[in-house]
Amino acid sequence: MIDRYQSIEDEEINQLLERIFYKYGFDFREYARASLKRRLGAVLRAEHMATISELGQRLLTDPSLMERFVHGITVSTTSMFRDPSFYRAFRKLVLPMLKTYPFIRFWHAGCATGEEVYSYAILLHEEGLADRCRIYATDLDAVCIEQAKNGIFNMAAMKEFSTNYIQAGGKHSLSNYYMAMDQHAVFSKGLRENIVFARHNLVSDSSFNEFHVIFCRNVLIYFNNQLREKVLSLFHDSLCQFGILALGSKESLRFTSIDPCYEEVVAGEQIYRRII
Amino acid sequence: MAGQIIVIGASLGGTSVLQYLLSELPENFSKPIAIVQHRAKESTDILVRILASRSKLTIKEAEDKECLCCSTVYVAPADYHLLVDRGFLALSIDPPVCFARPSIDVLFESAAAAYGINVTGIVLTGGNTDGMRGAQRIKECGGTVIIQEPTECVADRLPLSAISTAAFDSILSSRDIASYLINSGAVP
Repeated sequence: MIDRYQSIEDEEINQLLERIFYKYGFDFREYARASLKRRLGAVLRAEHMATISELGQRLLTDPSLMERFVHGITVSTTSMFRDPSFYRAFRKLVLPMLKTYPFIRFWHAGCATGEEVYSYAILLHEEGLADRCRIYATDLDAVCIEQAKNGIFNMAAMKEFSTNYIQAGGKHSLSNYYMAMDQHAVFSKGLRENIVFARHNLVSDSSFNEFHVIFCRNVLIYFNNQLREKVLSLFHDSLCQFGILALGSKESLRFTSIDPCYEEVVAGEQIYRRII
Repeated sequence: MAGQIIVIGASLGGTSVLQYLLSELPENFSKPIAIVQHRAKESTDILVRILASRSKLTIKEAEDKECLCCSTVYVAPADYHLLVDRGFLALSIDPPVCFARPSIDVLFESAAAAYGINVTGIVLTGGNTDGMRGAQRIKECGGTVIIQEPTECVADRLPLSAISTAAFDSILSSRDIASYLINSGAVP
């Protein structure tokens, strides 16, 4: 009984994703199914809808619902200096090499609400590199990009972020970089002088520059194997020789087709260098 | 449909119960086991090492897109949700559920969606209600739910909340849960 129900649900999801792709061009067909199902359930509840077919019908006629759908299907929750040991390793082992370049282009793919973009910006600032860098921070979700642009985060999170910052080898106090306003921490405008925020779709858009560093942390876990391969080859084509690719702490290049072209810079931190 | 799976959720007081259960299972135990044990974001692989120290099974931290094998125990990493898909695992950094990441509900609900009647969910000791909805979902999809006897739990809020939904098959002591698992997972 359950198998039959499951296959109906899967079929409904397939149809929904096909419709969205042909109507709006957003391609979620190769997203990892388990997380996608969970997020679809959350969208249905938020929109007070009972079935996936109802959602499919409404999406065809309501573009604003499509924006909310994209937000609901893609949003994740990260923190500043998530995995402090990663940032420590990046500062200690990658930045000295980058310092030898006259100009450094970063691409932060899938930056969500921007917590980690500001973390890199602070790191580059403290290492005296900010003026020589440009960070292109992109995400599929317009709502997230707006939030990231503003650089305003919940004050309640600052205690955790400060602890992470110190563990990540921060040189001052995180509070040097923001002003407290009501319940919010407003990050200094100076930090985003060298950041370009833009909407970019990893599934369908092509490369837009050659980069020295690409960050893509905790995005590939939301993609299935085929899509992960596709996105990794997009990164490969966008990375200069000896460029750095940094993934999330539970993601790796192991068993992927580009693996032979990379070496690990820091074991266990998923920081790779392109060697071919 | 790819075989059967056992999912276990535990919070406060769970480590020693998990250690006991896993120490009882034989090395040829025929099903994969996925575990969410609530713990601090910063925690390392210490939980895996504690659980492995007394077990004959392969115990490891779950990896994204990893295929499920029998006689293997997959533990959710700190600060990631663990989800089950058909035959493999997935991780996510979706928002915490009931303040928890990893969340028991996320593991149980994904297992129910992927494995239906072939899931056995085990609810152990815990001090909040993360796990209650997931257990309910497993029952709705035809699976089996077993709850640890609340009187022997370090924290009884989770088992009591799961019992309150009436969506379970039995309430057992940890000893009886071990025997149940051994019987259900014996190689035929």
